Amino acid sequence: MYLDPIGNQHPYKMNIIVCLKQILDPEVPVRDFSIDSSGLQADSACANQVTNIFCENALETALQLKDLHGGKVIILSLGPESVEDTLRKGLAMKADDAFIILNDTGQIPDSAATAKTLAAGIRKIEPFDLILVGRESGDWGAGQTGGLLAEELGLPFTAFVDEISPEGDDRLTLRQQTDSGWQKFSAPKPAVASITNSDHNLPRIPKTRDIIMANRKPVTRWTLEDLEITPEHLSSSQSKARVLTLSIPDSKSDCEFIEGDNIEEKIGKLAGKIAAITRSA
Amino acid sequence: MSEQTSTVITVVAVDQGSATTGLLGAGQRLARDINGEHLVIACGGTDSPFVAMLSGSADRVIAVESAELANGHPEVWLNTICAISSENNLASIILGSDILSQEITPRLAQRLGGSSIGDAQELSANDGGLIITRSVYGGKAVADIQLTASPAVVWVRSQSMEPAETNATAGTIVAGKVDKTTAPRTQLVDTHEEEAEGERLEDAQIIVSGGRGLGGPEPFEDLVALANVLKAQNSASRAACDLGWVPHSWQVGQTGKKVAPQLYLAVAISGASQHMMGIADSKVIAAINTDSEAPIFKYCQFGLVEDHKQVVGPLIEKLAELLK
Repeated sequence: MYLDPIGNQHPYKMNIIVCLKQILDPEVPVRDFSIDSSGLQADSACANQVTNIFCENALETALQLKDLHGGKVIILSLGPESVEDTLRKGLAMKADDAFIILNDTGQIPDSAATAKTLAAGIRKIEPFDLILVGRESGDWGAGQTGGLLAEELGLPFTAFVDEISPEGDDRLTLRQQTDSGWQKFSAPKPAVASITNSDHNLPRIPKTRDIIMANRKPVTRWTLEDLEITPEHLSSSQSKARVLTLSIPDSKSDCEFIEGDNIEEKIGKLAGKIAAITRSA
Repeated sequence: MSEQTSTVITVVAVDQGSATTGLLGAGQRLARDINGEHLVIACGGTDSPFVAMLSGSADRVIAVESAELANGHPEVWLNTICAISSENNLASIILGSDILSQEITPRLAQRLGGSSIGDAQELSANDGGLIITRSVYGGKAVADIQLTASPAVVWVRSQSMEPAETNATAGTIVAGKVDKTTAPRTQLVDTHEEEAEGERLEDAQIIVSGGRGLGGPEPFEDLVALANVLKAQNSASRAACDLGWVPHSWQVGQTGKKVAPQLYLAVAISGASQHMMGIADSKVIAAINTDSEAPIFKYCQFGLVEDHKQVVGPLIEKLAELLK
């Protein structure tokens, strides 16, 4: 039984694993975006590397569950050396333990290889009650990893979740955002969920003190060999979703800016244009 | 159909209104490309008008009558599609852009030993398998991606797909059943529909949308009034939704709804590439923004560089007069 600092009992404490992906900053302006010499991925030098926002929403969701019910938040990331920055930031947000799966192949694995590799790491972290991932990433945005990971581990899965609460000792209630509202699912633990953004999972800003403390915390490092994953497994030749071409579309700019002697005249012209389309729609 | 014939399954998990015919079109064209059979799986009675409509663009429809499927239980859909898949020589499974389809896409691929991807804007096939074209890096680039493992399981951006053609002869309709071999682990316990005013955003002909530049929830009331005059729907950028100014069901963009209206009027929206991914299929985009350098104007047919506070009120009056 978990007791919080003032002695309250928390029967619903959980071990939660959050998978974090580091990506090229999606806020990079169009004019700065470029493709690297392989022609198949963005030039990593054209912007900073940041933690994918939906992964941070997932971490925030996990941290709120820990704040309420106790337990542990474990963060896990697959990628090159630079992903340590993502994990340090996660530790500064008050995650408890951090694990890197180092991908030094220089190749970006597809969703299937990513899920398989993450699953190999997760099997070494057991026991856990819940695995959270972001609904999709701001770079390739395929949105496949969570579902693939759940199937790989043989666990129940719910996508687009914005709220999670414990339900007795061995189940969870997961609220899924739908096209027209929401649905609630009850799933047995352990379960996997992909997290979407909502107004109550905006990631917390770490305190300066916690950022300093986070730099002193240990980060467990695994190589692919440690997980018995062959480097070829992550290579594009093995990819089930192989990138053939990547190109930057032309951005045309032929906007007609509405002119006029005064604002009334401009609004009149704007109204005329809108009314014309509305009548024919 | 002989045993060698490959099958393309189109799963109509949710009736997406006008977008459903785009989904059907994607499956139909792919089946023709590979000279295969177009099999549609849908929830409904064999004599329902909906299933009859689907059969017009299919070689075969498996209609499954089930409350669990109708309620959108992902695990029941998953088990049922897997069972049907195992009885066919499957090349590909095509799904729509609804949340349910997005959730089950990777899970189907993993269970069937195939490959998966989402948000396909174009589909084609070659000897190596299915090739899909999609926006990546938040709309800053476009990729062609080959799915090498069969079956290729793909959810498509239904609303931007060309509609299906109606075949000379309607396909056969057979009754399917829910696969009960495996009991679902997850239970659907509650469903909440937000009060939808009028048509779905995805089907709207005119959309009035607001962004962070509005500065708070109050100006959205004016945008609602503007939409009323135009018989339009309202939407918003992700920033405005995340700030809690309007519900998330209003969100349009890469991670929100994908819309395709005749007119998308963007008020105080800067036009980040992620937002533009959701509105790229709009016939006309127009904007009101104080910043003439805002990226939104790059995509606009016409625009007004003014403060929304000075514009929206008089614009409502003017339009009310013009559209009387």
